[in-house]
Amino acid sequence: MTALRDMLSQGVQMCLVLLLAPLLTGFVRKVKARLLRRRGPPLLQPYRDLVRLMRKDVVLADNASWLFRVIPYLMFAGTWVAASLVPTFGNGLLFSWTADLIAIIALLGSARFFQALAGMDVGTAFGGIGSSREVMIASLAEPAMLITVFSVAMIAGSTQLSYVAEFMNSDAVGLRVSLGMAFVALTIVALAENARIPVDNPATHLELTMVHEAMVLEYSGRHLALVDLSSQLKLLLYVSLIACVFLPWGTAAADAGVARLGVGALIYVGKLVVLGFLLALFETSIAKMRVFRIPEFLGAALMLALLATLLRFVSGSL
Amino acid sequence: MIAVALWSVAVLLALALAGVVLSTRPRGSVILYGGCLLTTSTLCVTALAHLLYFPQMTPSATLPIGLPWLGAHFRLDALSAFFLVVVNLGGAAASLFAVGYGSHEESPGRVLPFYPAYLAGMNTVVLANDAFSFLVAWEFMSLTSWALVVSHHREAENVRAGYVYLLMASFGTLTLLLAFGLLASGAGYDFDAIRASHPSAALAGTVMILALLGAGSKAGLVPLHAWLPLAHPAAPSHVSGLMSGVMTKVAVYGFVRIVFDLLPEPVWWWSVVVLLVGGPTATLGVLYALMQRDIKRLLAYSTIENIGIIFTGLGLALAFKAQGLDWVAALALTAALLHVFNHALFKSLLFFGAGAVLEVTGERDMEKLGGLIHRMPKTAFVMLVGCVAISALPPFNGFVSEWLTFQAILLSPQLPNWGLKLIVPAVGGLLALAAAFAAACFVKLYGISFLGRPRSDVAASAHETDRFSLVAMFALAALCLVAGILPGLFIDALAPVSKAMVGNVMPHQTGLDWMTIVPIAESRSSYNGLLVLLFVALSGMAAASAIHRLASDRLRRAPAWDCGYPDPNPAIQYSASSFSQPIRRVFGSVIFAAREIGEMPPPLSPAPARLAVDMRDLIWDVLYAPIAKVVGVVTERINMLQFLTIRSYLTLVFAALIVLLLVVAL
Repeated sequence: MTALRDMLSQGVQMCLVLLLAPLLTGFVRKVKARLLRRRGPPLLQPYRDLVRLMRKDVVLADNASWLFRVIPYLMFAGTWVAASLVPTFGNGLLFSWTADLIAIIALLGSARFFQALAGMDVGTAFGGIGSSREVMIASLAEPAMLITVFSVAMIAGSTQLSYVAEFMNSDAVGLRVSLGMAFVALTIVALAENARIPVDNPATHLELTMVHEAMVLEYSGRHLALVDLSSQLKLLLYVSLIACVFLPWGTAAADAGVARLGVGALIYVGKLVVLGFLLALFETSIAKMRVFRIPEFLGAALMLALLATLLRFVSGSL
Repeated sequence: MIAVALWSVAVLLALALAGVVLSTRPRGSVILYGGCLLTTSTLCVTALAHLLYFPQMTPSATLPIGLPWLGAHFRLDALSAFFLVVVNLGGAAASLFAVGYGSHEESPGRVLPFYPAYLAGMNTVVLANDAFSFLVAWEFMSLTSWALVVSHHREAENVRAGYVYLLMASFGTLTLLLAFGLLASGAGYDFDAIRASHPSAALAGTVMILALLGAGSKAGLVPLHAWLPLAHPAAPSHVSGLMSGVMTKVAVYGFVRIVFDLLPEPVWWWSVVVLLVGGPTATLGVLYALMQRDIKRLLAYSTIENIGIIFTGLGLALAFKAQGLDWVAALALTAALLHVFNHALFKSLLFFGAGAVLEVTGERDMEKLGGLIHRMPKTAFVMLVGCVAISALPPFNGFVSEWLTFQAILLSPQLPNWGLKLIVPAVGGLLALAAAFAAACFVKLYGISFLGRPRSDVAASAHETDRFSLVAMFALAALCLVAGILPGLFIDALAPVSKAMVGNVMPHQTGLDWMTIVPIAESRSSYNGLLVLLFVALSGMAAASAIHRLASDRLRRAPAWDCGYPDPNPAIQYSASSFSQPIRRVFGSVIFAAREIGEMPPPLSPAPARLAVDMRDLIWDVLYAPIAKVVGVVTERINMLQFLTIRSYLTLVFAALIVLLLVVAL
């Protein structure tokens, strides 16, 4: 019975992240538009876009290789698996032991590795500029992320997300300086990794300012749909991760019943709404940075994460 | 067991002699490399059998050669067996690759005799059980590899590389000689006697530093790395693979043998020294690699990075061992040794791939390559596997060993020593940086050389390489995957080594559900490469079939979009230098004193604008150049002594005699 429930809960989690991801993107866009006093696209627009793209033909550049065609599926699969392993509504995920937090980051790293390769496959100038800048951003964001994980893992005594979430929900955690720093660092990394303002602009189509969009410029049809879906999943993953580690309240415990899981799901959606709103608010109140200001921004995240790791002994439990 | 090993070494030496004759025959290289393949395979299987089934046994042998009162001692224990597996697996793969690749050699007489001798030298180092045999074998290994480095001696660059290599190798041997001399002062040259002796703490510390210098100069630890990126790429590619993938591991063996086995219990400051060298080596090595445009040189710098990761693991093992946490030391040492094995696999693979590219295009310069995935599809596929594996991405093997290292770093709060508590996470940060740079570096290598459009005619007319080379590369790629998805098997195989070196082992891994690895406890961390691979494959295929069936599976070919301005000129693509420009600008201005010098033509002039990048190796400038200068000045002065008259020489001899007599008298 428990096995069945665990299996179901894992299955629901996989479907839930897949279904919610476009909605979160649509919600952030809608809030941003409202903040700018525009009406904005409907909430469901991302789903429509995905369906429309999937139905279209793929127009493939003449010299694109087999790798270019495989990469969207690899990216999607890697991101989806990673997103399915981050606890959302309940902690007792059946396969959470498959990959700990470091492995989840590495899975996202794999997805980015292939995405950067895709940018270079056709051999255009824009693809190259996107890939080159993406790896520059990643070369700072990824270590900042890893060190943040170190600080959280050293405090929680585990890199296993279910255990981290349980620890964060317990009284043992207390109020810690380093957790605050880790939170800021993780937020900065999440902005950079998801190509949000101020690092990149998800809405831009001005060639020289874009990073992510330049990389995927040659994709069309179902390939583009998968690339878009992967970036939506990645946004959801990071928001869930922040919610799971820093806002752990209300998540259902590993042995919770169905009703409690339902409550957990509602609370999770509530957290998504709050965090999505904050993201939109932040994005509308700040300008995009020049490319070579980004290292300073991410360097701050790196330093904060390192300080968080070194200061974890300070103010253990107040 | 030991008899098989020693006979195999003898066969390799015989092959070296045969190589002189074979190099003049048309099919000689095939016979020679075939012989090497058989011998190294035998050795590899023997060592593996020893490691898996008789790890407790330590067969030894004494041969009546070497010092007359000592003889040459050889011994096969778990550590030697593991490194024999690494050396001979790499050796077998390189030999198989060379069966095809070696037939393109222009001057086989300069390669064939030295290749088996080089393999024999590396095997003897690992088997030696007394300081004299160890040093002789070490020097033999250095000299044979030097001969291979200068085999293409008509290129001035290779000769310089050989010269620098020879100098650094002599330095390394000198420090090891001193280390063994100090160790032998109380016990003699036999390793068994050294193990039984009790050197003082100061002596043991000095020996540790000397061993770090000696082994580190061979392995390429910063700042002793300067020779490595010159020498490794200069050799023929299968030898480059051996030098980077295997010989640096023999150096790691030397360090582990001396510090973990021959010396008594470590002191905590040893680990600080090793960590402070290992961490920066990893980060700096890969930053250098990112700036290169020569494929083989990039790979050589990336070797420095991986050596940094391995030495960080060893430093962690020392730290935890010195503080009495030998169960964590077992984890750190296993991680380091697993990385030794993994790096031997993927670095050999990548050098072979670079060799295949060099063979069909004649180019090592990435700026002249591009689009090879269309013309060398199989080589491109295995290179992709190698690049993903070395970038430490799941589900391949590089990730597992880095993940284990991170797990050991995360246990640093357990250390009682406050200095170590703070240093270890900082080194962890350096490793995290190195991992991210490595991914950037291999996106660059693969994206520029194999993807995009050909940047030269030779790249446009490339073709697939020969069968033997492909089989060798596919075998290595398959091993990379197997070690990535079933790491438990490899961790368990390393248990006897860790038992012998740090006195404890990691928990038994095989037999857990789905072959998960759990280094400490399930509540702490676990990873399952097999399931990750399975999940990614299943969800990828599910997405593909769902979309193809329900939505659309049509595809049209058209010219590239490129925002409406596609340009047929391949020079429009990003180049190797421009790809790393953002990172160079962010990190290079401090570390390499990188400057971009733009030259604009005067107004109205049609001359092109030029952009030059000036980068310096600060370590070379600060450390090597002054030493070279001092040596130059001193030799210049001493040079005078060569041009004296006979009277002056007689006076000098007389003066020397008087000084000596005075010394004796006082």
